[in-house]
Amino acid sequence: MTATATPARGVSGNILTSDTGGATRLASAPFGHALIAAGERDSRIVGLTADLGKYTDIHLFAERFPQRFFQVGMAEQNLIGIAAGLARTGWVPFTTTYCVFATRRAYDFIAIGAALGRANVKIVAGLPGLTTGYGGTHQGIEDLALMRAIPNLVVIDPCDATEMAQATAAAAAHDGPVYLRLLRGQVPVVFDPATHRFAIGAANLVRDGGDAAIISTGLMTGRALDAATTLAAEGINVAVLHLPTLKPFDHEAVLSLLARVPRVVVAENHVIHGGLASAVADAVADAGLAVRLQRIGIPDCFCESGSLPYLVRRYAMDAPSIAAAVHRVLDPRPTPG
Amino acid sequence: MVVDHPSCLGKDTRQLAKAIRLHCLRMTSTGGSSHIGSCLSIADILAVLYGRCLRVEPSQPKHPGRDRFILSKGHAGAAVYATLAECGFMPTAKLATHYQDGSDLSGHVSHKGIPGVELSTGSLGHGLGVAAGMALAAQQSGQPHRVVALLSDGECDEGSNWEAILFAAHHRLDRLLAIVDYNKIQSLDEVDKTIRLEPFTAKWEAFGWEVRRCDGHDHEAMAAAFAPSRERRPVVVIADTIKGKGVSFMEHQVLWHYRTARGEEFSAALLELEAQS
Repeated sequence: MTATATPARGVSGNILTSDTGGATRLASAPFGHALIAAGERDSRIVGLTADLGKYTDIHLFAERFPQRFFQVGMAEQNLIGIAAGLARTGWVPFTTTYCVFATRRAYDFIAIGAALGRANVKIVAGLPGLTTGYGGTHQGIEDLALMRAIPNLVVIDPCDATEMAQATAAAAAHDGPVYLRLLRGQVPVVFDPATHRFAIGAANLVRDGGDAAIISTGLMTGRALDAATTLAAEGINVAVLHLPTLKPFDHEAVLSLLARVPRVVVAENHVIHGGLASAVADAVADAGLAVRLQRIGIPDCFCESGSLPYLVRRYAMDAPSIAAAVHRVLDPRPTPG
Repeated sequence: MVVDHPSCLGKDTRQLAKAIRLHCLRMTSTGGSSHIGSCLSIADILAVLYGRCLRVEPSQPKHPGRDRFILSKGHAGAAVYATLAECGFMPTAKLATHYQDGSDLSGHVSHKGIPGVELSTGSLGHGLGVAAGMALAAQQSGQPHRVVALLSDGECDEGSNWEAILFAAHHRLDRLLAIVDYNKIQSLDEVDKTIRLEPFTAKWEAFGWEVRRCDGHDHEAMAAAFAPSRERRPVVVIADTIKGKGVSFMEHQVLWHYRTARGEEFSAALLELEAQS
């Protein structure tokens, strides 16, 4: 990956604001509202946070259900431990913190307290990948790789406000531990809530095309669709397969698409190792398919601080970079390095 | 709806402790596993808990009103399996499979398929937080059960415990009882030479817990110390224990954290334990 913009000076991005990516439709705090709705339906649902209530949208649940909300303090290990204890007593705890704190600080607790015993613990983690300009301490760039490696855990990276809300409801209904990446604050609406249906473990072919495929997860699907629109204007028809659930992985959807269209760009808001691209490459190799594959994501590095538009260009994760990658997989010449 | 709270089992705790010790010796020797010193250290604690204090129902191990016990020092799992078997949660014959290939009685305590085990542990520093979550659930729903977590002293090096200690005091989780098996030896050396815990009592007090200290081999003292809080606070019992208690050549010896008794050592230990009243 090469830098495509001059470095910004200072941090113009604000950790407290969402990256709306120029979206025209936004929804406010989809997780918070969806959790309230789930809480209305199911009195077993409780909320916990490691002192990040307002920044993870769970403060809305806390205001609605003050008796069902517990502040754990800045203690992510204990956040998961307390949740595991509540879950083992029949409650359905939703915990919130940031991706980096959940997965780096509390990994052992997620693995043992939540996953090993299939405790009904939901981990909702903010600032996934490049959704904050605050640099390596706050950008959750490798969380999907870490979570995907843990048995029993469901791992979800929603695309937009619609899917954030639907994934929250699905996590509440699922009996078992879930790691759910959080899109918070003002969140773009990509999918129509009236027609989009999220289901754990199911990929979603959101656009079909026979020249190349883009397989994407999380907010990258919005950019993949933008790239596909650009490419269509050039006469290149691209399928976009959205995979919001990293685990369980929808092998059938991936393999049936790539058997038909064996040229794929995998796009993820995550390092390019251990996440979606690795999962796709595993599936392709295991199935013995001959597929040309390009990866869009964060290279093997901690990212800079900076504004989100700058960072997204800096690490070639914008729609034009995805479109360029499609051109590379269509190029019959061998791909260098 | 508040659920029923089962009764105490009411067993002879001296006999129970003796049986636990004998089982542990045989289990760790047959399976070739470690931690006999840790098991002998907590045998009396477990005997008093299950014999006189915990309200559990062996025929209904998932009884919703049961008291919960978590062995946070999961490496002493053999002692819990032995206790549960002696209390009727599973046949004592099953103990012979401990740490054998294909057995579900793993070296570190596992709840998978084992009636009466609440939580798999083995990574230290996990049990108290989960126990606090269970105590919070009981408090919030008005259920009667208590939650007991048994920690090792070395385990208190883990910072996660102190997160849970803060949390339990903040929420006044008076249904929570922590017991520290304070035998002053951790895996490879004495606690004082590894990371000092003293002043240990003062630390717990400063964190807002009701602290009781007693001899972890004195059954009457422990039965009194394990009583619920009258101050709406979580209770910790710092139980002064002897690692390897009951086998003269194992007592106070760091060697017996990991060593397995075999051959003459096994026979000598068996003789000593069988001779106890």
